[in-house]
Amino acid sequence: MRTLKFLLQKEFRQIFRDPSILRLIFVMPIIQLMVLPWAADYEIKNIKLAIVDHDHSTYSQQLISKITAGGYFQLSGDPVSYDAALKLVEREEADLVLEIPSHFEKDLVKEDEITVFMALNAINGVKANLGGSYLRTILQDFNREVRLKWVQFPRFNPDTQVEVVSSNWYNPLMNYKYFMVPGILVLLLTMIGANLTAINIVREKEIGTIEQINVTPIRKSHFILGKLIPFWVLGMLVLTLGFIIARLAYGIIPVGSFLTIYAFAAIYLLAVLGLGLLISTYSSTQQQAMLVSFFLMMIFILLGGLYTSIESMPLWAQYITKLNPVSYFIDVMRMVVLKGSGIGDIKRQLLVITGFALLFNGWAVWSYRKRS
Amino acid sequence: MRQFTSFIKKEFYHIFRDRRTLFILLGMPVIQIVIFGFALTNEVKNAKIAVLDQSKDVASIALLDEFNASRYFDIEKNLTSYNEIEPAFKAGKIKMIIVIPSSFGEELKHLNKAQVQLIADASDPNVANTLTNYASAIIMDYQARITQERKLPYTIKAEFRMLYNPQMKGAYNFVPGVMAMVLLLVCTMMTAITIVKEKEMGTMEIMLVSPVRPILVVVAKAVPYLVLSIVNIISILLLSVYVLEVPINGSIPLLMGVSILFILVSLALGLLISAATDTQQTAMFISLIALFLPTVMLSGFMFPVENMPFPLRTVSNIVPAKWYYFIVKSVMIKGLGFSSIIKEVAILTGMLVFFLLMAVKKFKIRLA
Repeated sequence: MRTLKFLLQKEFRQIFRDPSILRLIFVMPIIQLMVLPWAADYEIKNIKLAIVDHDHSTYSQQLISKITAGGYFQLSGDPVSYDAALKLVEREEADLVLEIPSHFEKDLVKEDEITVFMALNAINGVKANLGGSYLRTILQDFNREVRLKWVQFPRFNPDTQVEVVSSNWYNPLMNYKYFMVPGILVLLLTMIGANLTAINIVREKEIGTIEQINVTPIRKSHFILGKLIPFWVLGMLVLTLGFIIARLAYGIIPVGSFLTIYAFAAIYLLAVLGLGLLISTYSSTQQQAMLVSFFLMMIFILLGGLYTSIESMPLWAQYITKLNPVSYFIDVMRMVVLKGSGIGDIKRQLLVITGFALLFNGWAVWSYRKRS
Repeated sequence: MRQFTSFIKKEFYHIFRDRRTLFILLGMPVIQIVIFGFALTNEVKNAKIAVLDQSKDVASIALLDEFNASRYFDIEKNLTSYNEIEPAFKAGKIKMIIVIPSSFGEELKHLNKAQVQLIADASDPNVANTLTNYASAIIMDYQARITQERKLPYTIKAEFRMLYNPQMKGAYNFVPGVMAMVLLLVCTMMTAITIVKEKEMGTMEIMLVSPVRPILVVVAKAVPYLVLSIVNIISILLLSVYVLEVPINGSIPLLMGVSILFILVSLALGLLISAATDTQQTAMFISLIALFLPTVMLSGFMFPVENMPFPLRTVSNIVPAKWYYFIVKSVMIKGLGFSSIIKEVAILTGMLVFFLLMAVKKFKIRLA
């Protein structure tokens, strides 16, 4: 126990004597938490629509003003032909093209049927889909208005109407920040924790100071614990700082209890730091350790379920995410912060993450060799 | 010049003798492009939903069949009362609940007008939004089908065409994005770290007293990474064409040219970071943790830049990956030529010059 105390003293001194890195550990998350959540607005406002109106009739004008009045669409340019509109799409100045044929009004009235043409930039599939379905809804409404003007339907209106009433629970204002801020906090915590520990032991190897530790009677588990605890404390501080920012800058107060979050975070950090140490014991240079942890971080973060949903991934990728600690914490954050889930609801995640923590740290202790 | 080439040779030895690093450097982009190319998609597929069908008649069953047939939804659970909604959401997996009121079938039959309620779990607003839209579209189709049978007068029909990506594959959007990210981070991190490592180990001193000009010493360190990155681009492009089936519609030399420009920008950024830091730890912190999330979030491939508030849109302009992402999308997917990316190429060139000048200015040839 006494050796551990001395080891901890050494590690803490080492951390505090490099103020530049210490500053980075705390300042970087603050800046990123202040800036990045604002970027994460998935709601598709301002869809840029290029309308090619070949008809220039009263009806086509009415349709256009109805489209712009909805608030979702922004007219871009006034292309005279489909080709001109396509040019706008190429330059990313338009996402959608709506082509109203000539004789739009005449055919609609005389022939009872007219087809308008839409082209969507589908590189970003979601935008195309949403834009297309907004536009269809507007067209349908417009169609209904036209019909009402010409025909007096009997009490039984042959135009079927299934009204959709939608409500959004847990986040009725659809505030993206409630979701992104805790999520980004998890990512930052993971990156800082794993990267710092990943290069820590290997750094001692590279500089040669590990030899001095290897010739002492320090036990392997004490050595690993000595590395683990200081970074665990730092991690918990970063987390607390993150929640303070979430509170002050975004007004986010978890619906569930902080106790649940901290209980999970405490074990989660052990798992992530353990993974870092594991990488460190296997690497021989800091460069290797960084590359490996960067590789893992990228997969963990992009497949963590914050940016894209896990259910949409192919099955094999969903299995990969089962091995991804980040996805569990993001899940837990979402459940506790937004839905107020308690310890009972996150039992499974807690169990899995405890397993990870035991596995990574046990493995790290086992694979750390005092002999070279 | 001969001294310079021997320095480059030295750097190549450095890399080739560390087999493990070399293996990761060449293997990582390959694995990542395959994983992300297949796994990342903005679409929401197979979302688990629950149904509270209080009507249970022909009409409601027909409507739910439409949901079942769609690849976007998996009906996982049938609820029997309102009280079950909350626990279903809290347990986590259910993303949306369709509530069909008990009068659904009757009203549809007699008034031809009915109501469906959608309750989405908006703790992930993106998914909630997308699902509500998909569901509305399905309900709209259902309603159009009933209407069509009656052949109404004055009908406006709409015909759709999906440009560039008719199958709506996520990879079309994510391959350019992942390319930008992997190249930027790997190049920046590796140059920054190799140079700082020499500082940390003290070997920088030895190189600085050599007859080669000091700035060439560090430039020589970047050259092998340029070569490695070109190999990486080639392997990424081969994979995206043959494995992910994302075509290269534009000119391949143009694509390679702009990619090399982007690599140079990243290497220059790495040089700048190395000039400003003293330990590998700090260099890593800046090139990885400081660059990673901003690159992911501000380059436009995850979140559309035009949706961001104005200050952030301005900030996003200094993210090199944003410009490269635009270029790759234009050249590779839309098949456009050089004339449509002049502005972006000019901006990247400007960044390259700026980073290099800053690096040269900051680079100390004297030891502290």
